[in-house]
Amino acid sequence: MRWRPTWSFARGAMSDPTMKPASTTIPAIKKLFRLQWEEVQQKHVLLYPEGMVQLNQSAGEILKRCDGVRSVQEITTDLETAFNHKGLEPEVLSFLEIAHGQGWVEYR
Amino acid sequence: MDKAGLNTADQGASSVVIRPPLWLLAELTYKCPLHCVYCSNPLDYASAGKELSTAEWVRVLQEGRAMGSAQLGFSGGEPLMRDDLIELATEGRKLGYYSNLITSGIGLTEAKIKALKDAGLDHIQVSFQDSTKELNDFLGSTKTFELKQKVAHLVKAYDYPMVLNVVIHRLNIDHIEKILELAQSIGVDYLELANSQFYGWAFLNRDHLIPTRAQLTAAEAAVQRFRERIGDKMRVYFVVPDYHASRPKACMNGWGAVFVTITPDGTVLPCHEAKMLPGIRFPNVREHSLKTIWHDSDAFNRYRGNSWMKDPCKTCPDKEKDFGGCRCQAYLLTGDATNTDPVCELAPHHYTVEDAVANAEREQPKITRPLVFRLDQNSKEFCKPSA
Repeated sequence: MRWRPTWSFARGAMSDPTMKPASTTIPAIKKLFRLQWEEVQQKHVLLYPEGMVQLNQSAGEILKRCDGVRSVQEITTDLETAFNHKGLEPEVLSFLEIAHGQGWVEYR
Repeated sequence: MDKAGLNTADQGASSVVIRPPLWLLAELTYKCPLHCVYCSNPLDYASAGKELSTAEWVRVLQEGRAMGSAQLGFSGGEPLMRDDLIELATEGRKLGYYSNLITSGIGLTEAKIKALKDAGLDHIQVSFQDSTKELNDFLGSTKTFELKQKVAHLVKAYDYPMVLNVVIHRLNIDHIEKILELAQSIGVDYLELANSQFYGWAFLNRDHLIPTRAQLTAAEAAVQRFRERIGDKMRVYFVVPDYHASRPKACMNGWGAVFVTITPDGTVLPCHEAKMLPGIRFPNVREHSLKTIWHDSDAFNRYRGNSWMKDPCKTCPDKEKDFGGCRCQAYLLTGDATNTDPVCELAPHHYTVEDAVANAEREQPKITRPLVFRLDQNSKEFCKPSA
């Protein structure tokens, strides 16, 4: 048995050919990942085999809503209501582009 | 209670910010059906104390989680040799860990795979020693190849994410294309080609295991071709062979920074090799809480931050990047853990690595001893008489 964890935190997730999301896109977190709130770190993290992605607040709030049911438009509306802040769609779209490129989300 | 290993005052490391141990490695047992020539367990594992009980492990898992540990590894030895693994996996899930089983696959029956899934185990990493039956079985000194194949397919059938781990070295590196094919045929999510690092049993067998530069170059090219062919279906990690690097690895992301290992008898280490370092009394979870050990013990503060460094590390702009490399490697190759890791081309002892690499380039490398397998009778030879 052997264990080489030095690279675990450094390694990125899978890269995907970048696809541009749209208002009607329905994003879902890929099965390989588990999103969870970490009390000690005070942030959302994506957990995957032997690794962890530490997310900032907006990334966490967006990913939390990527349930494979709601569209980008519905996610945006929900965020705008929750944070009382209009015009969030461009931010949601640009984050999803990154998240998809990193292989964290897939489009349904 | 022996307080000798603990700092009562905030000496030395007081200026260093202590972050949570995000990664907790639970080495449940040193028992193992395999006898790999590069095993990372200590040479004297046979002298370890009594294994922690289920209740003691549960307490450790609770304490770790409260401190912010998020990744949990069940390792060993072979963790499946513990009959409470399902209970511990259940506890791990309940506490909110992402739990990883690091296994040889031996003992992983279909019933166990299912029970572990129901318990909430997140991921299984299966190790192979080689892509061929002959070499796989030789390196581990057991007949396990066919069984491992069966297990690997079952892990996928039960929908676990799967990492296939193969330790790469002189004896199997020429099979890298076959290893890639094996991983593809199983349908693994990640393939970790872990170039052997030279500690413990691998250090003992180093002359047999260091590849030539030509072997490494060919292997890297094969991995690159495979990546281009397969795209994003599988992620292949080619762990840097540090003897062939010019700068040291950022070992454990720093001493006592993110990683904590608990050995089968409850000894707590900043990495799974550190027990070899002399003059450090590593604390035990039977004596202190994990929190006290992580924050206050001399062992965990010894090489935190960079106040312990000597030159060339002390004045090096990369000291925050690589933390001076690996303390265990510095000790193994120079006899002093505070020296710069000799992998670094700036290290005064860099010649020790260069000599070993040069030896590997010879047509017939000089061999200090025949291959030593990780066997209880061999380990007993390394057990020092207890004081």
